[in-house]
This record gives sequence, structure tokens and C-alpha cells, in this order.
Amino acid sequence: MTTALASRVRRHIVEMAAGPEGAHVGGALSAADILTVLYFDVMRVRPEQPDWPDRDYFLLSKGHAAVGLYAVLAERGFFPVGELGGYAQAGSRLGGHPTRAVPGVELPTGSLGHGLSLGVGLALAAQRDGRDNRTFVLLGDGELQEGSVWEAAGSAAFLGLDTLTAIVDRNGLQISGSTARRTGLDLLATRWAGFGWDVSEVDGHDPSALADVLAERPADGKPRVVLADTVKGKGIPFLENRKKGHYVTFTPQARQRALAALG
Amino acid sequence: MTAPRDAYRAALAELAARDERIWCCDSDMGGLEDGFGRQFPRRYVDLGIAEANMMSVAAGLAASGKIPFVNTMASFACLRAGEQVKIDIAYNALPVHIAASHAGLSGGHFGPTHQSLEDIAVMRALPNMTVIVPSDAAMIAQAVAVQAGLPGPSYLRLGRKATPDVHPPGARFVLGRAARLRAGTDVTLVACGPHPVLAALAAHEQLVASGVSARVLDVSTLKPFDVESIVDASIETGGLVTVEEHSVIGGLGSAVAEVLAEHAPARLRRIGMPDRFCAQVGTPEHLLDTYGITGKAVAEAALELLADRPSEELIPS
Repeated sequence: MTTALASRVRRHIVEMAAGPEGAHVGGALSAADILTVLYFDVMRVRPEQPDWPDRDYFLLSKGHAAVGLYAVLAERGFFPVGELGGYAQAGSRLGGHPTRAVPGVELPTGSLGHGLSLGVGLALAAQRDGRDNRTFVLLGDGELQEGSVWEAAGSAAFLGLDTLTAIVDRNGLQISGSTARRTGLDLLATRWAGFGWDVSEVDGHDPSALADVLAERPADGKPRVVLADTVKGKGIPFLENRKKGHYVTFTPQARQRALAALG
Repeated sequence: MTAPRDAYRAALAELAARDERIWCCDSDMGGLEDGFGRQFPRRYVDLGIAEANMMSVAAGLAASGKIPFVNTMASFACLRAGEQVKIDIAYNALPVHIAASHAGLSGGHFGPTHQSLEDIAVMRALPNMTVIVPSDAAMIAQAVAVQAGLPGPSYLRLGRKATPDVHPPGARFVLGRAARLRAGTDVTLVACGPHPVLAALAAHEQLVASGVSARVLDVSTLKPFDVESIVDASIETGGLVTVEEHSVIGGLGSAVAEVLAEHAPARLRRIGMPDRFCAQVGTPEHLLDTYGITGKAVAEAALELLADRPSEELIPS
């Protein structure tokens, strides 16, 4: 079920990036399985009532992957799938970064390094109110270069926010190349653990493994980080693991090739 | 005399006792943990020395129905954590209220790292943000109560040390309205914040001695700005002198200039921090004196304005 859905989500991403403005395709495709699993298998949401008080919260801290989120929200029923066709065009609610005008978007993101702190606020309010809403924050691995991420990481740990789950879309690329040295990818698990987080690593394109690890709640009062290994541009061979896949405006021909690759 | 911090904290605790939604977010400011934190432990959080994170956490709390007051110094609120204030608080129009201490030159000998002479300019430029600059302890207490009832964010600019009251007992703080502390017809002295208002009042006394009738306005709300009082002053008096503990760029002087230019042109002198960093060590009073933010300077500026006043007969009708 989720695999077919993720495939539909990827097709939507390609279609949006074939519009006049293009889109952040690479990071949306790397996150597509994570987003699909969250919204279809893990999170408690009511698409017809986005502000349902018992909902789980989601923040797309890597806000440039907006097209991925829009595709999943539309498929999940937060707004009509047909609305995706207006992406980035005048009059649409769907801009290059998500805003609260979009049903299902909790808080706007786009400037990197804000989402985890916002998530700490949502999780802290729930903790003190005795509510069990979970909070999920999706970050990019390049985004971890922002210092505010680590301010948030520290505070989540000392506040014991065990309903907070951060997911790192570890696709290994940023605009100018590899994130490996800039983010210190080889030390990532150690760094999060050192900040007092419960750390899991998972194949970010394996829906059942993702569903298992994201459904789990740590029992020891720690916030949880899931380091999801992904491929930037996943599903479109001519973009996979390539710098040029970061931001793409598909020509009609490239769109056809991309859709054919997705099957 | 009550220190700004004490007036603010007492007012906050009083409000929190009445309203369960009020929270206190701390950034290791000292004293809040033993005060608010002990009184309302479930509504107090010290996020440590990490102001950017604190602003966004407060936004998350506000999005969950809380009314957080965040506590830091003006410098860190407006610039270090400025983007978090802009995006997570102002853009979302969330009721997060920033209590910013050490504003202006009140950091004194701590130097430019802890002085804040550009915060009004920054906060005033953010949509949805209310900007309040109280001039004494009684106004602080009332301003905090007003903030707690606002639907959107606000910025409360506080100094560091106690200053004398400038308002008569029982005076009311009204959001968006300037208080007329002295009546006058020859010139208007427009001030915001404790030392500038004291300077304007001192200038008023000096001017009286010179036979000049100076109106004194305390503009305690920089946004929304009291356009009407400034237009009235322009029409009814012969010119305006602004005085503020802030850069002459972007603060009260600029706000008044904008109103005059668009609605009621009049001659204007701006007294404030010249466009430079503070290069002196000293008490706030010493620094204010060094950079010319004094009653004497305000009175001189007013007299210059009046001396330059074009003769009525020379103005073509």
C-alpha cells in the first residue's frame, strides 16, 4: 500500500517540478518514503479536521522539500490532489516553502534550523498538559550545520521530551556537494547520542522498517532521533545522488523520462 | 523607585496567578527560577543560554494555546534571535511577549555587546509586532497586563536600573496613545523610555525659565504609533524635538519624521545615539551625557528650532 502511494507521491513531485518554477526535487524525493509512512502508517491525524486536538504534530524543518509534503497531504486527503497542479503559481496556497495557509501545515518553515525548536515547544506544551500527542520533525542532513538545531537538541534532552521524534533525511548531499564532512556524517549517531538522544538508524526507503522504528516510542524519557539513510533524487536514475538534482525544472522530455522511470 | 526588572516580574507573577495560560521562558537571566519558577513550576522553563531556540520554543508553546513571556536582553532578542522572532513569532502572529532588559545604554559599562541601540528599529519593522517602551515602573506594570491580552506578539523594552517615576500617581497606560506629561504651545518634546522622558521633563523646566512653553509627550507605544498626537503637535506647536535612548536611525525620531513628512510637515530635531557604537566606559548616565542625550541638549535643540522659526510674515499665504 505505502509503496504504491510513495510512487504516486513521487509522480506528483515530478509534475510540480515540471511547472514554470521547478522545485526542490532531490530532497523531496529522498523524503518521499518517510513522509508517506508518517502520514499513512504512523501519525494520528484527521485530514477533515487538521486542528484536531489529539493529532500528532509534524514539522517539515527542511521546508524546501515542500512539494513532497504537499503531495502526501493531498494524497492523505487534507486538500484535493488537483490543487497540486497550481504549485508555485499566482493564487495558489502551495508555495516553495510551506505556510499555514496549507491545510495540515502546523507552522511555516523554510529557513533552516527552526523546526526542531518549534517541535520542542509543541512537545513541551503537550508534556506539561499531560497530553500524549507525538511531535515529528523532519530535518535535512545539510540542515544540521545550523547551530540552532543543536540548541534545540540540547533543550529537548534536558526537558526529557520523549514524545519528540526527529528524523534526519540523510541523503548525503547539499547544493555544493557532499554533506559528509560539513555535517560530520560519520559522527552523527555519536553526536546525537552525546546530546542525550535515543538514536536509531534505518533505511529511509524501506517503508516497513520506517514504520516500525517511527511507531516505537522510547521508554527512557529521551527524545528520539531516527537517522534515515536515503538517496537524493530517489526513484529517478538520472537525478539520483547528483548535485544537479537539488533543484530541477523539468522540460517536457525530462518529465516524460522521469515519469517513465517511476513506472 | 522600583527597578524595571522587578516591576515587570511582579506584574507577570500577578497575571500568571490569574491566567493559567501565562508561561515564563527563561534564558538563564537569574532570579526567575526562584521567583516565577518556584511559584508556577509547570509554566516555567529555563531553556539555557540559547536565545534563538527559546524564541522558537515559545512560538511552539503559543501555537499550543499558551501565552509565553520570553526573557532575555534586548540585544539578543532583536538581533541574535532576530530571525526566530521574525519567522516563528511575528510571521505567525503568535502571542509571544518579549521582555527585553538592558535596552539602550542601560548596560552601561558592559559595553556595546550588551547595549541595544537598534532594537526599536528592528522590532518596529516586523509586521504584527507591538512595541512598548515604558517610561517608569508604574507604566511597566500596566504594560505587562496589556501585553498578556494581546492576540499577537509584543516587545517590551526595559532598562536596567531604577529611575524616578515620571507619571503622576494613578496615570494610565493606554496602548497606542502618547501621554501628554506637560502642556505647551511653542514646541513639543517627544520622548520614549525612562531617561529620555526625564531629559524632556528637565528640558521643559529649562525652557520655562526662558519663557518657552514646551509640550512633553511620552510615547510609550512605538507601534502602533500615535499618529494623531504627533500631527496635533505639528499643527499646534512650532516644531518637535525627539529624544530617545536609541540610534537616531529607525527609532522614535524616525517614526516621528515619517508621520510629519506624510501628514503634517514641521521642523524636527532628533536627539538620540548618533550613528556610531558607544566607545566609552561608564554608567548609563555618563554615557547619555557623553552622547548628548540630556535635558540640556533637548532644551538647546528646542531653542534652535524656535530661533530658526521662519517669521510668520515671510510665509506667503
